[in-house]
Amino acid sequence: MENIIIDLKNISVAFDGEQILKNLNLYIRDKEFITFLGPSGCGKTTTLRIIGGFLKPDSGDVIFEGKKINGVPAHKRQVNTIFQRYALFTHLNVFENIAFGLRVKHTPEAQIKKTVEEMLAMVNLKGFEERNINSLSGGQQQRVAIARALAVKPRVLLLDEPLGALDLKLRKDMQNELKSIQQRMGITFIYVTHDQEEALSMSDTVVVMNNGEIQQIGTPIDIYNEPKNAFVADFIGESNIVDGIMKEDFVCEFSGQTFKCLDKGFGINEAVDVVVRPEDVDVVDYNEGMLKGVVTSVTFKGVHFEIIVDIGGFKWMIQSTDEQKVGDKIGLFIEPDAIHIMKKSEYSGLYGDFSSFSDEFDELSDVNAETEGDEDD
Amino acid sequence: MTKERSFSDKGRSRLVTAPYTVWMVIFVLVPIALVVYYALTDADGNFTTANIDSIFNYSGTFFISIELAVIATAICLVLAFPLAYSISRMKEHTQQFLIMLVMLPMWMNFLIRTYAWMTILEDNGLINTAIGKIVSLFGGEFEGFSMINTNGAIVLGMVYNFLPYMILPIYTVMTKIDKNMIEAAYDLGAGSFQVFRRVIIPQSIPGMISGVTMVFVPAVSTFVISKLLGGGKTFLIGDIIENYFLGNAGEVNYNVGASLSLVLMILILISMGIMNHFDKDAETGGGII
Repeated sequence: MENIIIDLKNISVAFDGEQILKNLNLYIRDKEFITFLGPSGCGKTTTLRIIGGFLKPDSGDVIFEGKKINGVPAHKRQVNTIFQRYALFTHLNVFENIAFGLRVKHTPEAQIKKTVEEMLAMVNLKGFEERNINSLSGGQQQRVAIARALAVKPRVLLLDEPLGALDLKLRKDMQNELKSIQQRMGITFIYVTHDQEEALSMSDTVVVMNNGEIQQIGTPIDIYNEPKNAFVADFIGESNIVDGIMKEDFVCEFSGQTFKCLDKGFGINEAVDVVVRPEDVDVVDYNEGMLKGVVTSVTFKGVHFEIIVDIGGFKWMIQSTDEQKVGDKIGLFIEPDAIHIMKKSEYSGLYGDFSSFSDEFDELSDVNAETEGDEDD
Repeated sequence: MTKERSFSDKGRSRLVTAPYTVWMVIFVLVPIALVVYYALTDADGNFTTANIDSIFNYSGTFFISIELAVIATAICLVLAFPLAYSISRMKEHTQQFLIMLVMLPMWMNFLIRTYAWMTILEDNGLINTAIGKIVSLFGGEFEGFSMINTNGAIVLGMVYNFLPYMILPIYTVMTKIDKNMIEAAYDLGAGSFQVFRRVIIPQSIPGMISGVTMVFVPAVSTFVISKLLGGGKTFLIGDIIENYFLGNAGEVNYNVGASLSLVLMILILISMGIMNHFDKDAETGGGII
């Protein structure tokens, strides 16, 4: 318990009668990189704003190092924020932007100069002191925003989808840089994103949220390998999720076949959700397959082919480095450790079938997610 | 390919702007050319600098015009800034209503508004009568303030008439300040006063510059306000120009009138140039609308 920096207890928030956060409980350890991950409207930005002091919860407590800080305004918290669109001061140059927090605290001039130089060096913007904010690229503005927030030496840094406006290549670079800054500064980062890959690659802890509730908390590996319900399994990576029955410990049945698995502790003949990741399925000869089906679509993805296979009317997604042809009859082989069993939940049956799947559709819904995300901040 | 396209785009945009170009030539360039022509010629059309030289007789008038306009502009700025700030922080509906109230007087005729102030400020006007009644209730005697026909009355008239032109641009710029920027300032430890001083005021400068220009220019060249509220005691440069063109006080002399206009125009250009110098960040400069 000694290294818990922020503790959220029974937090509930409603806007215009709509419940945004439902009795949320979460603790955050000092110096960890924790990510709130979820689709737009899941309450992740709201949670961040409560920690930042921009929003008061309707009920529940925000505890900072054992002290209740519900009513403490943003400017008196040891917490700083990197805003989605950076929110740099356009009337000040780079130096003055970074110096802002220090000037407000009446720091001596020599100290300001020293700190700003340090921060600029840290974000690789040496020599940019006199530059006008509007003359900087998106990535450079991002760096100034980071330097500005870190200059006041916060205990906790809140980052609200900070890389959303950057292109893919730059985003990858900044992910690495943020992670290394976090480790060098030794402070807590609370990161908000709807990009699961970003969450998995940067975080110590991932908090998956949906509909104002926490779905699962765990390390990236736990979240990926042991999703708690169909929502998490679908949101993090791709998943085939089928209805199954747990015959007994280590034996399950789905798609009309019986499989060995590594899960136990369910009731005899309990109905469950079965998750199989597309990359964990091996393609074999039709006759040797544990499951048999017909290829209905093949998409080349660079590293692998994405193959949709119709197995008794249910469409599975498989990722394989071997090309198949549409119409081919193939067999599938699944190792016991590739099967993950989950208890039935409110999300059962909603996800994990690739019948209506297409890349175009996926991208469309991504675009929606981003524009909606803009509204909830 | 791209070259061709940009050429035809250029051609099309020229076509679209043609009516405006004609308008500008007829109603802006030609009149300015006429002003310059009259300013530099005598009654017979011969070149002379005598008109310009005669302007030095009016240096006192120029000085008082600029002085009163500067005072009025400063008062407008001081009044408008807090007002625009408080309006910009209210609810959307309240904002619209209050901005409509700010503009309401502008829907009435300028002369009528100024005449109204005459009846208020007169020796037997509204204010003096009202105070007199109250004082006499307590058995005292009140001689009345003399308010009309003073420089103070002229400045009051300027402030009253031109205040909306200061409020609107400042308000517009303030509503456009990124809310995230204000939150970021709080986040970095600034209290309300610091946020106001370090973010809101500097971010509003483009609006202030627009406002100052839009108040100063009509104030420095007005002649109606000084005539009605100054009672002909204080002559502003606008009054002198009017007299030369209409011959109210003697002969009609377009040449001296034009040279006075020309010098006034140059003075305004110089002061606008100085103002814009304060607006270092020209590309983000806030417009009026």
